Amino acid sequence: MTTPTSRYPGLNLGKGHAEADNACEELVFGFWVFMMSDLILFGLLFGIYVTMLGATAGGPGPHELFEMKSAFIETMLLLTSSFTFGMASLALKYRHDKGRLVAWLVVTLLLGLAFIALELHDFSSMASKGGVPSRSGFLSAFFGLVPLHGLHVTVACLWLVALLAQIAIYGLDKGVKTGLIRLGILWHFLDIVWIGIFSLVYLGGLT
Amino acid sequence: MSHFLDMLFGRLGWDALPFWTMLQDHSTLSIINGVIATAAASMVVIGALVTFGLITWFGKWRLLWSDWLTSVDHKKIGIMFIVISVVMLARAVIEASFMRAQQAVGLDGGFLTVDHFGQFFTTHGTIMVFFMAMPFLTGLINYVMPLQIGARDLSFPVMNSISLGLTAAGAAIVMISLMFAPFSTGGWSGYPPFTELAYSPDAGVDYWIWAVTLSTLSSTLSGINFAVTIYKKRSPGMHLFRMPLFCWVSLCTAILMIFGMPPLTVATALLALDRYLDFHFFTTDLGGNMMNYVNLFWAFGHPEVYILILPAFGTFSEVFSTFSGKRLYGYNTLVIATMAIAVLSFTVWLHHFFTMGQSAHVNAAFGIATMLIGIPTGVKVYDWMLTMYRGRIRMSVPLVYALGFIVLFVLGGLTGIVLANPSVDYQVHNSLFLVAHFHNMLIPGTLFGMLAGTNFWFPKAFGFRLDERWGYRAAYSWIIGFMLAFFPLYALGLLGMPRRTVTFFEPAYLPWTIAAGCGVIFILFGGFSLCVQLWRSIRERHLNRVPVGDPWDGRSLEWSISAPPPEYNYPVIPQIYSRDAFMREKDEGTPYQRPDRYQDIEMPANSAMGVVIAATGFLMAFGLTWYMWWLVIASGVVALVAIILRGFVRNTSRIISAREVQETHERWLDIVNHTPGVSRAQEQTTANRGRALPPINGASQ
Amino acid sequence: MTKRTLSAEQENERQYELRTYILGYGLALILTLIPFALAAWGSLSRMTLWWVIGACALVQIVVHFRFFLHVTLAKNKREDLQLILFTALILIIMVGGTLWIMFNLYSRMMPSIMP
Repeated sequence: MTTPTSRYPGLNLGKGHAEADNACEELVFGFWVFMMSDLILFGLLFGIYVTMLGATAGGPGPHELFEMKSAFIETMLLLTSSFTFGMASLALKYRHDKGRLVAWLVVTLLLGLAFIALELHDFSSMASKGGVPSRSGFLSAFFGLVPLHGLHVTVACLWLVALLAQIAIYGLDKGVKTGLIRLGILWHFLDIVWIGIFSLVYLGGLT
Repeated sequence: MSHFLDMLFGRLGWDALPFWTMLQDHSTLSIINGVIATAAASMVVIGALVTFGLITWFGKWRLLWSDWLTSVDHKKIGIMFIVISVVMLARAVIEASFMRAQQAVGLDGGFLTVDHFGQFFTTHGTIMVFFMAMPFLTGLINYVMPLQIGARDLSFPVMNSISLGLTAAGAAIVMISLMFAPFSTGGWSGYPPFTELAYSPDAGVDYWIWAVTLSTLSSTLSGINFAVTIYKKRSPGMHLFRMPLFCWVSLCTAILMIFGMPPLTVATALLALDRYLDFHFFTTDLGGNMMNYVNLFWAFGHPEVYILILPAFGTFSEVFSTFSGKRLYGYNTLVIATMAIAVLSFTVWLHHFFTMGQSAHVNAAFGIATMLIGIPTGVKVYDWMLTMYRGRIRMSVPLVYALGFIVLFVLGGLTGIVLANPSVDYQVHNSLFLVAHFHNMLIPGTLFGMLAGTNFWFPKAFGFRLDERWGYRAAYSWIIGFMLAFFPLYALGLLGMPRRTVTFFEPAYLPWTIAAGCGVIFILFGGFSLCVQLWRSIRERHLNRVPVGDPWDGRSLEWSISAPPPEYNYPVIPQIYSRDAFMREKDEGTPYQRPDRYQDIEMPANSAMGVVIAATGFLMAFGLTWYMWWLVIASGVVALVAIILRGFVRNTSRIISAREVQETHERWLDIVNHTPGVSRAQEQTTANRGRALPPINGASQ
Repeated sequence: MTKRTLSAEQENERQYELRTYILGYGLALILTLIPFALAAWGSLSRMTLWWVIGACALVQIVVHFRFFLHVTLAKNKREDLQLILFTALILIIMVGGTLWIMFNLYSRMMPSIMP
């Protein structure tokens, strides 16, 4: 099976979108670089979190605060949203099919929003058990890392809404296509960061 | 009513005014410090008012707005970066002279209060690193790099304008802290727990956090922009290994910005969380650990010093080869050395805190890594010397800086190797020896590099040469002043004088602090000479015009176009066949060609995003500093809406017609053809109109 | 915009990409379920469990890069790979160095804080 070639790496629009594809080359590379810079940010916060694991200062720790079930559901939501975004990319790339694209995007958006809602619920239940950042260094590190990911998801959702609005106004023009490709990279990237969070923070903490 | 005022002004009160303490406390010391602070604040206010007044008087607001502030032209943005940096340089040099004056009379007292002295060294350091050196080098790369690779602009012109806006906002925050005092007293590195709310409850540290954060974001975006531009926008035939060395250092600087800035973003953000939301990352209680901050800060701090030095290396490489009339010696080794420095710089950060308490083998590992960096740097020094060897050296102003650099930088590097040894570092840690060392790297390195670059590329940017006589005076004063001001600090450090000391009780220090104080007089004269140089150059610009654009018999592509270059840089994107592309054309006798065909050129349209981000960034930082939450929310919302709306804009480019390009280009070619060439010996005379004669009997290589 | 009819070649490409997404989703699901199941019901020792979780996470990250972000080893797609690998190197240096330094410090100065 031959893979389609493109002028730039990773997610791409393919030859069917010559003009937008050209514009994408620099935009996508630039966005990758930005993501990698962002990844360093997350990596350092992971590092800080590990160094603060013992700094519970007598306060509640992972076993008192984390719930395996909701972490699992959040993981599933995010993973599925990555898949649905992939389906949206395919609808754009091959079918140029606005209806199908919008449908998949809306599904993705709903999954993202559900993730955020569940995460907020988690935080509030943690707070009710005394798990607030001002309690200990450990909890500070947790609330420095996990909500930052949530904030990224929120921004991604906002961006998705903005892109849906742009689709409504302009249809599938160059701006929308390049935007969707970049948002796709962000979306999958956030899923990768979440793998780190559920493995290190939740599973690692609960064993 | 008072509740409303509290909400409106947060914790900003009358006591923030610089003369407030003086009115309450009538001691001599308080009055002296009050007068100094008030004078500084008045200078900012007067400076701002005069600038506004002059612009209004000459009716230039429209021009300023459409030709500069909203312009996304990389050349104009580069110039604006450098303007910011020069203004900030002036302030930070004045602060340095106050500190030197204080220490020259500082035996058992002096004239500055402890807090005021603390603000002096904090703002001096913060400004010099984040608002002098960073904008200067960003501006220089912005201006020169796209020209050298044959591009029309950076990859993301609007983002470039946003970078400028963020830096401007940060600089404005530092400036306004003179009017609504105080600034932080925690040093440019802002170590907690001192900078935590418990020990520094006033607004100073918050000013510092947000100013630095704005600058960091700006540099990250600039780094991404530069890296993508170099990867994607080189003209055809410009392989990576055909790029001028300045482009290579730009690439490495960009990589360091992309990966070196995030640790600082994290450090300042976590410190802000500690201060604003009662987190416990670096506090002394409840599991906080200030060592994490130190570690994060220097994980940024060490790549940062190479961000500061690499652009200077690139500039000097261009200067050495141009003013020796020779090809750069050891191009490949210089490139490899630059890359090696870039990667190694991520492996040495612990040497800033050898004394923290980790075991000897950790210290040894980082000490060895630190010494390793000396190797590629040494390679570079030899390459530069061999570039000059048997060249026809012209002692131009940039070359004087370069020679000063090469001697002083090697001396400073040697003290760096000394400091890289943990057991030695234990003796001189936090002493003036360290202060002497890093000033020894950064003044001859970064600052001389930037000044050399300014003298070198100024004629390209503005179309006339800078006055040489005052240029020499400035260069020699800086070199002599630097030696006089900082060599005594090595001795003081070895005598045991700690850094950041307002006063001391050891008479043996006094001769050295007085000598250092005298050095400042030379440096101030150097600064004065720079002003005179600029003033005279502008006044006599008609005599020194170089419209053809090649005043120094340059080698790389940027010298092949008019000075100043047109907005689109190249009427036709050049095809590159070798290194030193323009020198090759001149050797083959084919420069200044008339292209067969002109095409419409699509350039990015102006955008107000930079201004919007600058304004909202400034207001948000100011609101956060003084707890004016309404201002934070309002400016945050405006910024967010502006960014979202920007996504809806579709007309982001404009077309320059082929006819216009042709007319401009042919007019310039006419000038070129009517301009007599000038030999290298006469390049400092008024005969130099920017067309270099090929050297007689093949002296070029 | 109306629905396009695809050429046979394009349809092949589309099928291929669709399969990669489905495969990626499946692999990611498995790699998520294994550690969750082991953590919830397994009876492995803590150390082994950590290793399994870590290994699954690393593999899953590779899966995401390969199947969702389409980062491959193909010749014409090297610059992104270089970028990612360089980032990984910097991450290892910075985060690994941080952990080495801080835990060394803890072991000497405040052993009580070691997790």
